[in-house]
Amino acid sequence: MTSARLRWYTVAIIASAMLDASRRGQAQVASPHAFEPIAAVLSSPRCGNCHITGDALQGEDGRPHSINIRRGVDGRGTPAMRCGNCHQDVSSLTPHAPPGAPDWRLPPAATPLAWKGLAAGDQCRMLKDKTKNGGRTLADLLDHMSHDPLVVASWNPGPGRSLPPLSHDAFVQAFKAWIDTGAICPE
Amino acid sequence: MAAITITVNGEARTLDIDSAMPLLWVLHETLGLTGTKYGCGIAQCGACTVILNDNAVRSCVTPIARAHGKRLTTIEGLSADATHPIQRAWLAEQVPQCGYCQSGQMMSTAVLLAAIPDPTDADIDDALTGSICRCGTYMRIRRAVHRAAELMQGGGR
Repeated sequence: MTSARLRWYTVAIIASAMLDASRRGQAQVASPHAFEPIAAVLSSPRCGNCHITGDALQGEDGRPHSINIRRGVDGRGTPAMRCGNCHQDVSSLTPHAPPGAPDWRLPPAATPLAWKGLAAGDQCRMLKDKTKNGGRTLADLLDHMSHDPLVVASWNPGPGRSLPPLSHDAFVQAFKAWIDTGAICPE
Repeated sequence: MAAITITVNGEARTLDIDSAMPLLWVLHETLGLTGTKYGCGIAQCGACTVILNDNAVRSCVTPIARAHGKRLTTIEGLSADATHPIQRAWLAEQVPQCGYCQSGQMMSTAVLLAAIPDPTDADIDDALTGSICRCGTYMRIRRAVHRAAELMQGGGR
Protein backbone atom coordinates (compact mmCIF):
# COMPACT_ATOMS: atom_id res chain seq x y z
CA MET A 1 0.00 0.00 0.00
CA THR A 2 1.43 3.41 -0.94
CA SER A 3 1.93 6.17 1.65
CA ALA A 4 -0.70 8.36 -0.01
CA ARG A 5 -3.27 5.56 0.03
CA LEU A 6 -2.45 4.78 3.64
CA ARG A 7 -2.89 8.41 4.68
CA TRP A 8 -6.22 8.61 2.84
CA TYR A 9 -7.27 5.32 4.34
CA THR A 10 -6.40 6.48 7.84
CA VAL A 11 -8.30 9.74 7.46
CA ALA A 12 -11.31 7.85 6.11
CA ILE A 13 -11.25 5.42 9.03
CA ILE A 14 -11.00 8.19 11.60
CA ALA A 15 -13.77 10.21 9.95
CA SER A 16 -15.97 7.13 9.65
CA ALA A 17 -15.42 6.20 13.29
CA MET A 18 -16.23 9.70 14.47
CA LEU A 19 -19.35 9.84 12.32
CA ASP A 20 -20.54 6.43 13.47
CA ALA A 21 -19.88 7.23 17.12
CA SER A 22 -21.74 10.49 16.71
CA ARG A 23 -24.73 8.75 15.10
CA ARG A 24 -24.95 6.10 17.76
CA GLY A 25 -24.16 8.40 20.62
CA GLN A 26 -21.43 6.08 21.86
CA ALA A 27 -17.68 5.79 21.44
CA GLN A 28 -17.29 2.17 20.49
CA VAL A 29 -17.97 0.97 16.98
CA ALA A 30 -16.41 -2.30 15.98
CA SER A 31 -14.04 -1.91 13.03
CA PRO A 32 -11.57 -4.66 12.15
CA HIS A 33 -10.15 -2.41 9.42
CA ALA A 34 -9.02 0.22 11.90
CA PHE A 35 -5.89 -1.78 12.71
CA GLU A 36 -4.61 -1.94 9.14
CA PRO A 37 -2.75 1.42 9.07
CA ILE A 38 -1.27 0.55 12.47
CA ALA A 39 -0.01 -2.76 11.11
CA ALA A 40 1.66 -0.94 8.24
CA VAL A 41 3.66 1.14 10.74
CA LEU A 42 4.49 -1.81 13.00
CA SER A 43 5.80 -3.70 9.97
CA SER A 44 8.15 -0.90 8.91
CA PRO A 45 11.86 -1.46 9.52
CA ARG A 46 11.90 1.25 12.18
CA CYS A 47 9.65 -0.89 14.41
CA GLY A 48 10.16 -4.37 12.97
CA ASN A 49 13.95 -4.47 13.33
CA CYS A 50 13.63 -4.69 17.11
CA HIS A 51 10.25 -6.44 17.54
CA ILE A 52 11.75 -9.80 16.71
CA THR A 53 12.78 -13.09 18.21
CA GLY A 54 16.54 -13.43 18.63
CA ASP A 55 19.08 -10.69 18.21
CA ALA A 56 18.78 -7.19 16.76
CA LEU A 57 18.33 -6.47 13.07
CA GLN A 58 19.12 -3.31 11.16
CA GLY A 59 18.64 -1.57 7.85
CA GLU A 60 15.83 -1.47 5.34
CA ASP A 61 16.28 -5.18 4.61
CA GLY A 62 16.27 -6.29 8.25
CA ARG A 63 19.71 -7.87 8.11
CA PRO A 64 21.52 -9.01 11.28
CA HIS A 65 22.90 -6.07 13.25
CA SER A 66 26.53 -5.39 12.38
CA ILE A 67 29.28 -6.56 14.74
CA ASN A 68 27.13 -9.47 15.91
CA ILE A 69 25.18 -7.62 18.57
CA ARG A 70 23.40 -9.79 21.17
CA ARG A 71 20.02 -8.97 22.63
CA GLY A 72 20.83 -9.74 26.27
CA VAL A 73 18.26 -10.63 28.92
CA ASP A 74 16.91 -7.10 29.35
CA GLY A 75 17.03 -6.25 25.64
CA ARG A 76 19.84 -3.77 26.19
CA GLY A 77 22.77 -5.95 25.10
CA THR A 78 25.55 -7.73 26.95
CA PRO A 79 28.37 -6.47 29.21
CA ALA A 80 30.63 -4.10 27.26
CA MET A 81 28.17 -4.20 24.34
CA ARG A 82 25.14 -2.33 25.67
CA CYS A 83 22.89 -0.62 23.15
CA GLY A 84 23.53 2.77 24.71
CA ASN A 85 27.27 2.41 24.26
CA CYS A 86 26.80 3.41 20.62
CA HIS A 87 23.19 4.65 20.36
CA GLN A 88 23.06 8.18 21.77
CA ASP A 89 20.02 10.19 22.89
CA VAL A 90 19.41 11.47 19.36
CA SER A 91 20.09 10.08 15.90
CA SER A 92 23.44 10.95 14.39
CA LEU A 93 23.40 13.13 11.30
CA THR A 94 26.36 11.19 9.93
CA PRO A 95 25.47 8.55 7.31
CA HIS A 96 25.77 4.98 8.64
CA ALA A 97 26.23 6.17 12.23
CA PRO A 98 23.75 4.84 14.79
CA PRO A 99 20.22 6.16 15.17
CA GLY A 100 19.42 7.31 18.68
CA ALA A 101 16.90 7.81 21.44
CA PRO A 102 17.17 7.75 25.23
CA ASP A 103 17.44 4.19 26.56
CA TRP A 104 17.81 2.49 23.17
CA ARG A 105 16.75 -1.13 23.53
CA LEU A 106 14.85 -4.13 22.25
CA PRO A 107 11.95 -5.60 24.20
CA PRO A 108 13.23 -7.93 26.95
CA ALA A 109 14.10 -11.48 25.88
CA ALA A 110 11.23 -12.93 27.95
CA THR A 111 8.63 -10.71 26.24
CA PRO A 112 10.06 -9.95 22.80
CA LEU A 113 6.71 -8.89 21.31
CA ALA A 114 8.04 -10.27 18.05
CA TRP A 115 5.50 -9.17 15.47
CA LYS A 116 7.89 -8.84 12.54
CA GLY A 117 6.59 -10.95 9.66
CA LEU A 118 3.18 -11.67 11.20
CA ALA A 119 -0.14 -10.92 9.51
CA ALA A 120 -1.99 -7.84 10.77
CA GLY A 121 -4.47 -9.89 12.78
CA ASP A 122 -1.74 -11.80 14.56
CA GLN A 123 0.18 -8.57 15.24
CA CYS A 124 -2.98 -7.09 16.71
CA ARG A 125 -3.70 -10.04 18.98
CA MET A 126 -0.08 -10.12 20.16
CA LEU A 127 -0.09 -6.38 20.84
CA LYS A 128 -3.20 -6.67 23.02
CA ASP A 129 -2.03 -9.76 24.92
CA LYS A 130 -0.87 -8.58 28.33
CA THR A 131 1.17 -11.74 28.81
CA LYS A 132 3.22 -10.70 25.79
CA ASN A 133 3.13 -6.90 25.83
CA GLY A 134 4.66 -6.26 29.23
CA GLY A 135 1.29 -6.07 30.98
CA ARG A 136 0.16 -2.97 29.12
CA THR A 137 -3.47 -1.91 28.87
CA LEU A 138 -4.78 -0.25 25.72
CA ALA A 139 -4.24 3.11 27.42
CA ASP A 140 -0.65 2.10 28.22
CA LEU A 141 -0.11 1.08 24.61
CA LEU A 142 -1.47 4.41 23.38
CA ASP A 143 0.86 6.22 25.75
CA HIS A 144 3.80 4.11 24.52
CA MET A 145 2.99 4.86 20.90
CA SER A 146 2.40 8.54 21.60
CA HIS A 147 5.21 9.47 23.95
CA ASP A 148 7.92 6.83 24.34
CA PRO A 149 11.04 8.57 22.98
CA LEU A 150 12.17 5.32 21.39
CA VAL A 151 8.93 5.09 19.40
CA VAL A 152 8.96 8.77 18.46
CA ALA A 153 12.58 8.42 17.30
CA SER A 154 11.34 6.16 14.50
CA TRP A 155 10.30 9.36 12.74
CA ASN A 156 13.77 10.86 13.11
CA PRO A 157 16.03 7.90 12.30
CA GLY A 158 18.94 9.72 10.70
CA PRO A 159 20.07 9.80 7.07
CA GLY A 160 19.55 6.79 4.81
CA ARG A 161 16.69 5.25 6.77
CA SER A 162 13.06 5.25 5.63
CA LEU A 163 10.27 6.69 7.73
CA PRO A 164 7.21 4.68 8.76
CA PRO A 165 4.38 4.99 6.20
CA LEU A 166 2.30 7.40 8.32
CA SER A 167 3.37 10.56 10.13
CA HIS A 168 3.63 10.11 13.88
CA ASP A 169 0.56 12.29 14.43
CA ALA A 170 -1.47 10.25 11.93
CA PHE A 171 -0.24 7.04 13.53
CA VAL A 172 -1.34 8.18 16.99
CA GLN A 173 -4.73 9.26 15.60
CA ALA A 174 -5.13 5.90 13.91
CA PHE A 175 -4.24 4.15 17.15
CA LYS A 176 -6.82 6.20 19.06
CA ALA A 177 -9.41 5.47 16.39
CA TRP A 178 -8.67 1.74 16.63
CA ILE A 179 -9.16 1.84 20.40
CA ASP A 180 -12.28 4.02 20.12
CA THR A 181 -13.83 1.60 17.65
CA GLY A 182 -13.41 -1.35 19.96
CA ALA A 183 -9.77 -2.37 19.39
CA ILE A 184 -11.02 -5.14 17.12
CA CYS A 185 -8.37 -7.31 15.48
CA PRO A 186 -8.56 -8.33 11.81
CA GLU A 187 -9.07 -12.05 11.17
CA MET B 1 29.81 26.61 24.61
CA ALA B 2 28.96 24.93 27.86
CA ALA B 3 30.67 24.17 31.16
CA ILE B 4 31.18 20.43 31.31
CA THR B 5 32.33 18.93 34.58
CA ILE B 6 33.86 15.49 34.30
CA THR B 7 36.17 13.27 36.31
CA VAL B 8 38.90 12.07 33.98
CA ASN B 9 40.98 9.19 35.25
CA GLY B 10 40.27 10.28 38.81
CA GLU B 11 40.90 13.98 38.27
CA ALA B 12 38.02 16.47 38.31
CA ARG B 13 38.01 18.74 35.27
CA THR B 14 35.74 21.55 34.13
CA LEU B 15 35.78 22.27 30.42
CA ASP B 16 34.28 25.27 28.61
CA ILE B 17 33.49 23.53 25.38
CA ASP B 18 30.95 22.92 22.61
CA SER B 19 28.59 20.41 24.20
CA ALA B 20 28.16 18.57 20.89
CA MET B 21 31.87 17.91 20.41
CA PRO B 22 32.60 14.16 20.32
CA LEU B 23 34.26 12.88 23.45
CA LEU B 24 37.14 11.48 21.40
CA TRP B 25 37.92 14.94 20.05
CA VAL B 26 37.95 16.32 23.59
CA LEU B 27 40.33 13.58 24.71
CA HIS B 28 42.76 14.31 21.90
CA GLU B 29 42.48 18.06 21.40
CA THR B 30 41.59 19.39 24.83
CA LEU B 31 42.89 16.88 27.35
CA GLY B 32 45.91 15.59 25.44
CA LEU B 33 44.99 11.95 26.03
CA THR B 34 45.88 10.25 22.77
CA GLY B 35 45.87 6.61 23.85
CA THR B 36 42.26 6.26 22.71
CA LYS B 37 42.24 5.78 18.95
CA TYR B 38 40.09 7.04 16.11
CA GLY B 39 39.04 4.18 13.85
CA CYS B 40 35.80 4.48 11.91
CA GLY B 41 34.03 7.50 13.39
CA ILE B 42 30.63 5.75 13.27
CA ALA B 43 30.73 3.37 16.26
CA GLN B 44 31.51 0.33 14.16
CA CYS B 45 35.06 -0.68 15.10
CA GLY B 46 35.57 -0.16 18.84
CA ALA B 47 39.01 1.47 18.68
CA CYS B 48 37.73 4.55 20.52
CA THR B 49 36.13 2.69 23.44
CA VAL B 50 36.42 4.35 26.84
CA ILE B 51 34.60 3.74 30.13
CA LEU B 52 31.96 6.28 31.09
CA ASN B 53 30.79 5.41 34.56
CA ASP B 54 30.50 1.64 34.07
CA ASN B 55 29.80 1.53 30.33
CA ALA B 56 32.14 0.90 27.43
CA VAL B 57 31.04 3.79 25.23
CA ARG B 58 32.24 4.65 21.76
CA SER B 59 33.85 8.05 22.23
CA CYS B 60 33.77 8.90 18.51
CA VAL B 61 29.96 9.25 18.53
CA THR B 62 29.44 10.30 22.15
CA PRO B 63 28.87 14.04 22.60
CA ILE B 64 30.84 15.49 25.50
CA ALA B 65 27.52 16.62 27.01
CA ARG B 66 26.76 12.98 27.84
CA ALA B 67 29.88 12.85 30.01
CA HIS B 68 28.81 15.78 32.19
CA GLY B 69 28.91 14.77 35.85
CA LYS B 70 30.28 11.32 35.07
CA ARG B 71 33.46 9.34 35.64
CA LEU B 72 35.59 8.76 32.56
CA THR B 73 38.36 6.20 32.38
CA THR B 74 40.66 5.99 29.39
CA ILE B 75 43.52 3.61 28.67
CA GLU B 76 45.82 6.07 30.47
CA GLY B 77 43.66 5.62 33.57
CA LEU B 78 43.97 1.85 33.87
CA SER B 79 47.31 2.39 35.55
CA ALA B 80 50.14 4.91 35.40
CA ASP B 81 52.79 2.27 34.87
CA ALA B 82 51.18 -0.57 32.88
CA THR B 83 50.71 -2.69 36.00
CA HIS B 84 46.95 -3.15 35.80
CA PRO B 85 46.14 -6.88 35.53
CA ILE B 86 44.67 -6.38 32.07
CA GLN B 87 47.83 -4.64 30.88
CA ARG B 88 50.00 -7.33 32.48
CA ALA B 89 47.96 -10.04 30.83
CA TRP B 90 48.22 -8.29 27.48
CA LEU B 91 51.99 -8.12 27.84
CA ALA B 92 52.26 -11.72 29.00
CA GLU B 93 50.26 -12.99 26.04
CA GLN B 94 52.05 -10.62 23.62
CA VAL B 95 48.65 -9.65 22.25
CA PRO B 96 49.24 -6.57 20.08
CA GLN B 97 50.49 -6.77 16.56
CA CYS B 98 50.01 -3.29 15.12
CA GLY B 99 48.32 -2.32 18.40
CA TYR B 100 45.91 0.24 17.05
CA CYS B 101 42.74 -1.41 18.36
CA GLN B 102 44.18 -2.63 21.64
CA SER B 103 43.28 0.26 23.92
CA GLY B 104 39.64 -0.25 22.95
CA GLN B 105 39.95 -4.00 23.44
CA MET B 106 41.37 -3.50 26.92
CA MET B 107 38.72 -0.98 27.98
CA SER B 108 35.95 -3.32 26.86
CA THR B 109 37.69 -6.11 28.76
CA ALA B 110 37.72 -3.99 31.92
CA VAL B 111 33.95 -3.55 31.67
CA LEU B 112 33.44 -7.24 30.95
CA LEU B 113 35.49 -8.37 33.95
CA ALA B 114 33.70 -5.93 36.25
CA ALA B 115 30.41 -7.56 35.25
CA ILE B 116 31.59 -11.16 34.82
CA PRO B 117 34.78 -11.86 36.82
CA ASP B 118 35.27 -15.35 35.34
CA PRO B 119 33.99 -15.14 31.76
CA THR B 120 33.57 -18.02 29.36
CA ASP B 121 34.84 -17.87 25.80
CA ALA B 122 31.29 -17.03 24.74
CA ASP B 123 31.10 -14.16 27.25
CA ILE B 124 34.37 -12.80 25.87
CA ASP B 125 33.23 -13.14 22.29
CA ASP B 126 29.96 -11.32 23.04
CA ALA B 127 31.67 -8.54 24.96
CA LEU B 128 34.43 -7.90 22.43
CA THR B 129 32.47 -8.56 19.26
CA GLY B 130 32.35 -4.84 18.57
CA SER B 131 36.11 -4.38 18.75
CA ILE B 132 37.62 -5.21 15.41
CA CYS B 133 41.28 -6.23 15.07
CA ARG B 134 42.52 -6.12 11.50
CA CYS B 135 45.64 -8.03 12.53
CA GLY B 136 43.43 -10.90 13.69
CA THR B 137 44.81 -11.23 17.20
CA TYR B 138 41.51 -12.53 18.53
CA MET B 139 42.87 -15.81 19.93
CA ARG B 140 45.55 -13.96 21.87
CA ILE B 141 43.00 -11.43 23.08
CA ARG B 142 40.80 -14.22 24.38
CA ARG B 143 43.73 -15.84 26.22
CA ALA B 144 44.70 -12.51 27.70
CA VAL B 145 41.18 -11.88 28.99
CA HIS B 146 41.24 -15.24 30.77
CA ARG B 147 44.67 -14.45 32.19
CA ALA B 148 43.52 -11.01 33.35
CA ALA B 149 40.53 -12.62 35.05
CA GLU B 150 42.85 -14.98 36.92
CA LEU B 151 45.13 -12.12 37.95
CA MET B 152 42.23 -10.04 39.21
CA GLN B 153 40.68 -12.92 41.12
CA GLY B 154 44.09 -13.57 42.66
CA GLY B 155 44.12 -10.05 43.98
CA GLY B 156 46.13 -8.58 41.16
CA ARG B 157 44.02 -5.45 41.51
